[in-house]
Amino acid sequence: MSRTALRMLLGDKTKCLGLVFGVMLTTLLMCQQISILIGLLNRAASVIDDAREVEIWVMDPSVTTIDVPFPLRDTALPRVRGVEGVEWAVPFFKAGTQIRTRDGRLDGGFIIGLDDDTLIGMPDEFVLGSAQDLALPDAIALNPAGYALLFPGEELQLGKEIEINDRRAVVTGIVDVLPTFNSNLLIYTRYSRALEFTNNGRNEMSFILARASDPARVAEVSDRISTQTELKAVPSSTFRNESIGYILSNTGIPASFGTVVVLGILVGVAIVGLTFNQFISENLRQYAALKAVGVGDGTLLRMTLLQAMFVTVVGYGLGLLAAAAFLAGASNAADGLAGFVLRPEIAIGVAILAVLMVLASTIVSMRRVLVVDPATVFRG
Amino acid sequence: MSMPDEANQIAVQGRGVLKSFRSGETKITVLRGTDFDARIGEMTFLVGPSGCGKTTLISVLGGILAAEGGAVSVLGEELAAMRRGRLPRFRLANLGFIFQQFNLLPSLSAAENAAIPLVAQGISTGKAERRAAEFLDRLGMGDQIRKMPNQLSGGQQQRVAIARALVHEPKVVICDEPTASLDASAGTAVMELLGEAAVSEERSVIVVTHDNRIFKFADRVHHMADGMIFKTESGREAAESGVL
Repeated sequence: MSRTALRMLLGDKTKCLGLVFGVMLTTLLMCQQISILIGLLNRAASVIDDAREVEIWVMDPSVTTIDVPFPLRDTALPRVRGVEGVEWAVPFFKAGTQIRTRDGRLDGGFIIGLDDDTLIGMPDEFVLGSAQDLALPDAIALNPAGYALLFPGEELQLGKEIEINDRRAVVTGIVDVLPTFNSNLLIYTRYSRALEFTNNGRNEMSFILARASDPARVAEVSDRISTQTELKAVPSSTFRNESIGYILSNTGIPASFGTVVVLGILVGVAIVGLTFNQFISENLRQYAALKAVGVGDGTLLRMTLLQAMFVTVVGYGLGLLAAAAFLAGASNAADGLAGFVLRPEIAIGVAILAVLMVLASTIVSMRRVLVVDPATVFRG
Repeated sequence: MSMPDEANQIAVQGRGVLKSFRSGETKITVLRGTDFDARIGEMTFLVGPSGCGKTTLISVLGGILAAEGGAVSVLGEELAAMRRGRLPRFRLANLGFIFQQFNLLPSLSAAENAAIPLVAQGISTGKAERRAAEFLDRLGMGDQIRKMPNQLSGGQQQRVAIARALVHEPKVVICDEPTASLDASAGTAVMELLGEAAVSEERSVIVVTHDNRIFKFADRVHHMADGMIFKTESGREAAESGVL
């Protein structure tokens, strides 16, 4: 009876389209909003993720996110280096700054200073130039989104000059990193130069980046650093989660996105529920006739489930395509929108939600099919 | 399944059938312990004024409603003794239904509608539709098998409904006011067709009607009033008297 069930559904084009549209709209909203939310949250930890060789982040005990560092004393670095099990430890600077272009454009961003000798914490991928070029006088590397902010509409090009706190800086590299949560503009440079750019002197080290001699003992070495230096030392993954948790706890973003996702589900339930209920109502006499003929409740239940699952699969597929197209289009349209991707786990999660939504929406209608009295077909 | 009583070839039998409905606090008794017989090889009419209980009685005889009292047997099987899940399968295998409003699925073609009992029995769609198309051809609908119900006249839709009721070769066919939605000529044509296609030595046809123009097609006519069958006569006698 599967074909009969599908023919019943497809025969009523208006309701079939309404059902598919309801599921598609909900899928699109959920996929798009969750992808953007997760993309934004990942940006909160993108600098941590980009420093791939770093295993341990050391900071002031009061720090809970990479975006709000508290300066460490310069003496902290040798103390961390002296802890047993630490293979190496290097300084890391991160601070907000003002940038002005030659044509007077003013913008704000983050400057990241990396250890002069090792450049530990530098992302691997460069679009233009290389990490070695940071050894050149006044050299900095920009991310593509930052470049687009400072030089809108211009092709990526090395040699561009900007001013950071009235000091000359030359773009010698374009580094392929995503914008952070707080700013699209990221400037990578050597540690000593970062201090010059920001007019800071001593005791301006934001973090210490370290690595354990034994990769299996990262947590143990972190604890030892904390105990011996009275600083906070955590594995990269822990600091990543803390930085994301800070955004979740201290901004309205999760509530805002969550509200849209919940509204999407409610709208989907309303559209699918009402349309499916109307579809069943208009076919109730036919279902009663099938019952009278001898089609069993189990078969009728399978028929309605098949109809519900058909609209789920088609609507979900179209919604997924629309969401993927939207996110891909947004990423291609602007560097600042890069990194919002439709991950497989989001697609799977939304698929489960879509199935649950359709089942919740149609369960009342299915019950009506099961309880319809076949004798109604004899009542003219 | 046991065979019907060989002695009198009774296909459907009701004895002392009771049925009532509740409407709020009020209990309405519709069948008051009525008896009913329909024989194999005959077309049996159940006639009477509106509200006398005809539809309720055929619903009980067809296993669609449960009797509150008395006994109903179809092809020798007590319906009350059947498990709840078996009754639909019994109907699917042994009964065919023709409804006043046709109740064709609007999004299925004539052949697809007629094939429903076969598909529900588990026969492949293609095979079922071929058999349904052959049956429709026998009913003069060979050139209409791909048409949708809304492309067919009332008489043509009822022919599709007849095909659906007979395609799986049931032993009992129950027709509820099969001519009520048709004009006189279409109604007569449908009854002639039903007489030719449905009545056989191995089948019993039960027709509920209050259309006295078609009494001539009946072998026997049960007259019903106020929840009871009060008179049974031959079709010819009923046609001559013309009284419901």
